[in-house]
Amino acid sequence: MSAADILAILQGAATTATLSLTAICLGLPLGLALALARWANIPIVAPFVAVYVSILRATPLVTLLLLLFFALPSIGVPIGAVAAALVALTMNTSAFNCEVWRAGLMNFPKDQFEAAQSVGMRRRQRLQRIVLPQVLRACLPGLVNEISLLIKVTPVLAVVGVVDITRAAVRIGAETYDPLPPLLVALAIYVPMVYAIVRVARLTERRLAQTEAA
Amino acid sequence: MRHDFLVVWGERGLLLSGLGNTVVLSLAATIAALGLGAALAPGLMAARGRYRLAFTGFVDGLRCIPFLLFAYIVYYGLPSLGLNLDNWTAGLAALTIYNTAYMAEILRGAWATQPRDPVDAGYAFGFTGVGHFRRIVLPPLLLSAAPVVGNQVIQIVKDSAFLTVIALPELTHAASSIQSRHYIPFAAFITAVLLYWMLCLAIEAGVACLGRVAEARR
Repeated sequence: MSAADILAILQGAATTATLSLTAICLGLPLGLALALARWANIPIVAPFVAVYVSILRATPLVTLLLLLFFALPSIGVPIGAVAAALVALTMNTSAFNCEVWRAGLMNFPKDQFEAAQSVGMRRRQRLQRIVLPQVLRACLPGLVNEISLLIKVTPVLAVVGVVDITRAAVRIGAETYDPLPPLLVALAIYVPMVYAIVRVARLTERRLAQTEAA
Repeated sequence: MRHDFLVVWGERGLLLSGLGNTVVLSLAATIAALGLGAALAPGLMAARGRYRLAFTGFVDGLRCIPFLLFAYIVYYGLPSLGLNLDNWTAGLAALTIYNTAYMAEILRGAWATQPRDPVDAGYAFGFTGVGHFRRIVLPPLLLSAAPVVGNQVIQIVKDSAFLTVIALPELTHAASSIQSRHYIPFAAFITAVLLYWMLCLAIEAGVACLGRVAEARR
């Protein structure tokens, strides 16, 4: 394995990181929107969201990805490998984020909401100033944890031809007839990445416990 | 569109055998991982620093690896070390070893939150050794761990889909074959998605059932 090979794997790492970050940035607000729709019990929308989230949470990312990648072009929506990967990742993570957000919203004390109502705050103000800041804090560990899960499913994107860390490593293994070293290089990139995120999740959890105790 | 689903219906044998393989694979991996995890869990709680560090390192390290990469290492990487496994053995081994780490951590967590009083009360009533473990310690432990174990089983079912990349004929692989044979991607994969959904709903229902048993025992 040459230096160029390691560089190729690092390039794959950039792809993995970019796709994960984009999916997180899209999935967080999308998950919140889904959770709010269920929390506010909007007629027709809420049960639809419940079924959507339930199905997505049960669907393996590979299956979802293959569905999008092959089925969308067949109904006339042209979609490339990277776009399909991004849509699949975002759909997947938004469903899990929705459940985290929803748990936070459900645990939100109702009296605060009513207090805000009684001092004449409007719906939007109540959400922005009272509910969301507190719910965000409570949800942070769960959301960060979800990011680590997201990164752990990204190798699947290679199935449709996205050249991420795993695909770069497998390709080099096939070229050099020695698959173990590049796979170990890939391992050495993933493990610190995921470990760092898991640490951040634990740290925010501890911080949260401290501020609540104080 | 209706025609596409009729084609999928025509291939139901292939799809059902894929579903069967997914179930068998997940079930075998769950049982094996639970057993190995139970064997590993005491190590995570060992008093001796060095052992504990080794066990915790193994479990935490494994949980930082993406499953697909782990499966690749087992299937493509191990032959470099002279260990050749066919795709079934490699897939099952990868699924089992990977989830052993999660199960060990789950069981450790469940054990840590168990109240001590019933355990001591068991001794006071004259239960000893295996009898004490089987009658007093194990039932509440399993019941309190059940919801988290159930979630992990769903994770195992979903992880098993990744094994399509090493050509294991599970549900996603069956859907892929049907799509490439007839070019009906939407019908083939939507059917697979719905079957996964049903599988997960069944697991959740099973866990809820156990939860009711646990509630009744309290």
